[in-house]
Amino acid sequence: MGSLSFFRQMLQDVRQQKLRTALTVLGITWGTVSVSLLVAFGEGLEARIRANQRGLGENIVIAWPSRTSLPWEGLGKGRRIRITEEDVEALRREIPQARFSGEMSRENSTFRRERVRITPEVSANSPIFAAMRNIIPAAGGRYVNDLDLDRRRRVVFLGDKLKQDLFGDQEAVGQTVMLDNVPFLVVGVMEKKAQDSSYSGRDEGKAFIPDATFRGLFSERYLENFIFQAHDASATPDVTRKVYEVLARRHKFDPADKEAIGMWDTSEAEKFFAIFFGTFRAFLAIIGSFTLVVGGIGVSNIMYVVVEERTREIGVKLAVGAKPAWIQRQFLAETLTLTAVGGVCGMLVTFGFLAVFPLLGLDEYVGTPQASPLVIATTTALLGVIGMIAGWFPARRASLLDPVVALKLA
Amino acid sequence: MDKLIELRDVRKVYSTGRLEVQALRGLDLEVGRNEYVAIVGPSGSGKSTLMNILGCLDTPSSGSYTLSGEAVAGLDRNRLAEIRNRHIGFVFQSFNLLPYATALENVELPLLFAGVSAKERRERAAAMLDRVELGDRMEHKPTELSGGQMQRVAIARALVNRPTILLADEPTGNLDSASGKAIVSLFEELHAAGQTIVLITHDSGIAKLASRVVRVQDGQIVEDVRAAA
Repeated sequence: MGSLSFFRQMLQDVRQQKLRTALTVLGITWGTVSVSLLVAFGEGLEARIRANQRGLGENIVIAWPSRTSLPWEGLGKGRRIRITEEDVEALRREIPQARFSGEMSRENSTFRRERVRITPEVSANSPIFAAMRNIIPAAGGRYVNDLDLDRRRRVVFLGDKLKQDLFGDQEAVGQTVMLDNVPFLVVGVMEKKAQDSSYSGRDEGKAFIPDATFRGLFSERYLENFIFQAHDASATPDVTRKVYEVLARRHKFDPADKEAIGMWDTSEAEKFFAIFFGTFRAFLAIIGSFTLVVGGIGVSNIMYVVVEERTREIGVKLAVGAKPAWIQRQFLAETLTLTAVGGVCGMLVTFGFLAVFPLLGLDEYVGTPQASPLVIATTTALLGVIGMIAGWFPARRASLLDPVVALKLA
Repeated sequence: MDKLIELRDVRKVYSTGRLEVQALRGLDLEVGRNEYVAIVGPSGSGKSTLMNILGCLDTPSSGSYTLSGEAVAGLDRNRLAEIRNRHIGFVFQSFNLLPYATALENVELPLLFAGVSAKERRERAAAMLDRVELGDRMEHKPTELSGGQMQRVAIARALVNRPTILLADEPTGNLDSASGKAIVSLFEELHAAGQTIVLITHDSGIAKLASRVVRVQDGQIVEDVRAAA
């Protein structure tokens, strides 16, 4: 007897209720697929959107000098505020809990290499700009460094798409391109990255050069914008307030005048996404769970039928000395086995789907759903709970049968 | 003589809605070791209720039941299951074998609940099937056996855990007369070997073979005759 008999009894039940058992297992399978796929899609989408977010930079604030909107110390409103590299130096000095980089840009300079001519956006900035904006050099290259700045070197770092346009599949690092007829050495190419938002075109199409070189070349003094990033994301509001204070003091405007310097705090989006995806995931999990619960009701139902059919057998077992708890365990185990079979089938379908999904090429839009530990843990836990509940009631009914009554049934 | 069974003023009342039925009305019974008792009576006499109480499938509404020195009345379901496993071997009219299990597995069943190891279960069940002359049918399923053979498997199952009492309820009721006779003679052999047997029947021919006949009517014992030994 023992386990052998347990499985044989199960097979017996399955054989007697073929269609019903199959439909029941199918219900659990479908429920499992729903839960696991929904959660997997939720995770994939979240990962995709977060990756896109990272493409712009994590918790960075982008600041644009603008015009004052409040009068201050005798100065009228509507005064233009212009920020220079010295202002950025002052910010670095006075606000050590964040890092800063100014950016200048130009959209009318032409790159020329052999017969290819392109007029991309040229961004001039400092080495930490790359770290803040998640611009990562592909193998074999580097970003603009401090030495480039000191010596006003004519070096350029290319966005991956721009590199492709200029060089095709050829190696670009070490090559020279002409920028408004001035030769620039390519020192690096950007690693392909996902980026869903930008404020002057995507990084993949831009050229990056040292700001010192840019100033020398184009006699430009004022920054178009600057970005900063608090070392600790939670300090961002505090840092932002200090930035206003420092610049207001230097340029004589009201520190409360938010329009003098326009700011885009991308960590705001981060907060939004945290809440949005928390809710989204819970919502998907709940919808999937309901499907699984319906499957569980099916299992419970078929187990009631099984108990009904095996009443006499339960009577015999009780008569020869089976304790009620033993009977209960047997039916509970049978329910859990049915649930597990459905669950495993469902997981297999999910894994199969997840294996095929990347071939559809939708990653850029909805991300790639992944069977992460969270997905597997959520589904397994739900299956376990539903199996236990589904089995508990029929098993309890079986164990509470009066042996006299059970034996008398023909 | 050891008293294995001692019933004192046992009453059993079934209430169905507003109607109360007294199945047993203050019944006293003692059964000693190695007795072979036949309980007879017309249907509705209360003999089935008596059998259920003796077999610890049911408990009396009032009165006391001492089985092998242990007070049984009022025990919970788990304790009753243990007592059935240890002291009672049931033989039913309709065999009550598990249809999907082999003869051997059916006989092993009580040992499974007694917590006996798989190896010992197998050995003891096989020995018991040999004892009822079914050594060559161990791997057969009930559907592949005749009625007489099925009842012998059931008897082997009843005896395998060495019960204090073999409790048989109309064991020949579903058998042809030849098979029935074989079962009855098996009971006599078992009795001769020292087994205490309580047999419930309405067949006076079978009852006559017991060493003692107890007649039940209207929930009371109306006659208790011991055959001359």
